[in-house]
Amino acid sequence: MRKVLTAVSVLTVLVAFVAATTATGASRSAAAIPGCAPSSLDLVKSGQLTIGTDNPAFPPWWDGQEKKGTGFKTSNPYSGKGYESAVAYAVAKRLGFKQSDVKWLAVPFTKSYAPGKKPFDFYLAQVSYKPVRAKAVSFSTSYYDVNQAVVGLKGKPIAKVRTVAGLKPFRLGVPIGTTSYDYIVNYIKPTSKPRVFDTLNDAVTALKNGQIDGLVVDFPSTGYITAVQVPTSTVVGRLPNQGKQEHFGLVLSKGNPLVGCVNKALAALHTDGTIKRLEARWLAGSAPLLK
Amino acid sequence: MRTVAIALTSTAVFFAAIVLVVVRSAGWPEVKQSFFNGAEFRSSFPGIASGFLTNVKLFCIAEVVILAFALLIAVLRSTPGPVFFPLRLLAILYADFFRGIPTILLIYILGFGVPGLQLSGVPTSEFFWGTVALVLVYSAYVSEVYRAGIESVHASQNAAARSLGLTHGQSLRYVVVPQAVRRVIPPLLNDFIGLQKDTALVALLGLVETFRQSQIDVAGDFNFTPYLATALMFLLITIPMTRFTDWLIARDRRRRQVGGVTA
Repeated sequence: MRKVLTAVSVLTVLVAFVAATTATGASRSAAAIPGCAPSSLDLVKSGQLTIGTDNPAFPPWWDGQEKKGTGFKTSNPYSGKGYESAVAYAVAKRLGFKQSDVKWLAVPFTKSYAPGKKPFDFYLAQVSYKPVRAKAVSFSTSYYDVNQAVVGLKGKPIAKVRTVAGLKPFRLGVPIGTTSYDYIVNYIKPTSKPRVFDTLNDAVTALKNGQIDGLVVDFPSTGYITAVQVPTSTVVGRLPNQGKQEHFGLVLSKGNPLVGCVNKALAALHTDGTIKRLEARWLAGSAPLLK
Repeated sequence: MRTVAIALTSTAVFFAAIVLVVVRSAGWPEVKQSFFNGAEFRSSFPGIASGFLTNVKLFCIAEVVILAFALLIAVLRSTPGPVFFPLRLLAILYADFFRGIPTILLIYILGFGVPGLQLSGVPTSEFFWGTVALVLVYSAYVSEVYRAGIESVHASQNAAARSLGLTHGQSLRYVVVPQAVRRVIPPLLNDFIGLQKDTALVALLGLVETFRQSQIDVAGDFNFTPYLATALMFLLITIPMTRFTDWLIARDRRRRQVGGVTA
């Protein structure tokens, strides 16, 4: 109970802090990117930046009070709170959009890469870049370099694991469509097949029920799971990168020229330290790295 | 001869027109790349085929249990006399309830709900609860099929059996049910085709069977071709089954007609 209270109070402080900083951030004017003025861009709806994300959208990627009428559950992308919402608004501002020019759409993950006209200008929901995926959509450059991590129940044998190889005997689960699944299959190679769930929520339920021993997700997502969804769980450890550093990119329809402008905006946000600042604010936290 | 030629030509023109409309559409190159991708098909097929073994195992176990369990329910429902009314009521309630709720909900409720109780000794296996859910739902359907079969056997058959001194149970066992089952084999197989396809719903519980494997591949590569591979797996098993059912029906009809002439 105390844990939950602490978590809640930490969240409250964070929210207050961010409210203060976004207010000051809005007054700072950003240098416009040549050739990328909103009026010159080919958008789904001209003069408006339409951004898609999954629903429900979870902290720490999304935050803010759920608001009726937006259609979004658990959080509110319009709030500018949560890492991805903050990054999206930062990109929008760099491109010269006003905060009120940004429109959010709830788009299921599968729809983000289905063929046909896309209802959004770009989509962000912790989508990892993979070369084969880039055949179907265009990705922006990285807006977050991600590590996977393992969550298990406290006091269970998995909680004592300190190496990647030590995870082999356990029943691991992942939400579908994640690179966490690739990591399990390619690098952990557990003795029993990983379970793959429709949603993160289902995977979390299975962890709570003891139907899986460990849940593999990106590290930042573990904070909300261990603090709010399953207080009896703990982060077993972060998983070391294998091969190339995995990163999240914004998803655009294949060949959309907007990707050039979005990349310029992201580059500027990296250079001026905005990305680093937002990471520190929303995705702070640490856990031991498994060997 | 002329009619055949006309039929062939019109069929050819009809399908050519459809193919043309699809292939010449603006989105075709994109659709082709994401739904009909040869390389993607080849790379995903082995995993999808091995995932299908899980489906086969699931429906083989379920079908055996359903055949027995559904017959029990159907027999309970056809018990005579006021004393057995509670049994009949139970059988009716069972069939109403499990035919009435969507299979997907039952899988969710049993698969996540029961393990959630954390009772010791109760299995948490997703395979187990997925099978239980399918057995419960399909037994309700199949019991109705059995009942229709039992009721289609003329009452005089039962009367004759009873007049020979058979008990109600013996009459069911040796006279009514054998005739009933033979008559309902086609609809029974029809339900089993439904069951085979519904095994894909168990993926909901995290079990990686053929459909879930294709979903993993689709989401992993942003390409929908693996779904085609899965569809193919199901067709490979359901089409022969459909043909087999048709053959059974034809054979049964032939036999009965032969019997009618000689008797």
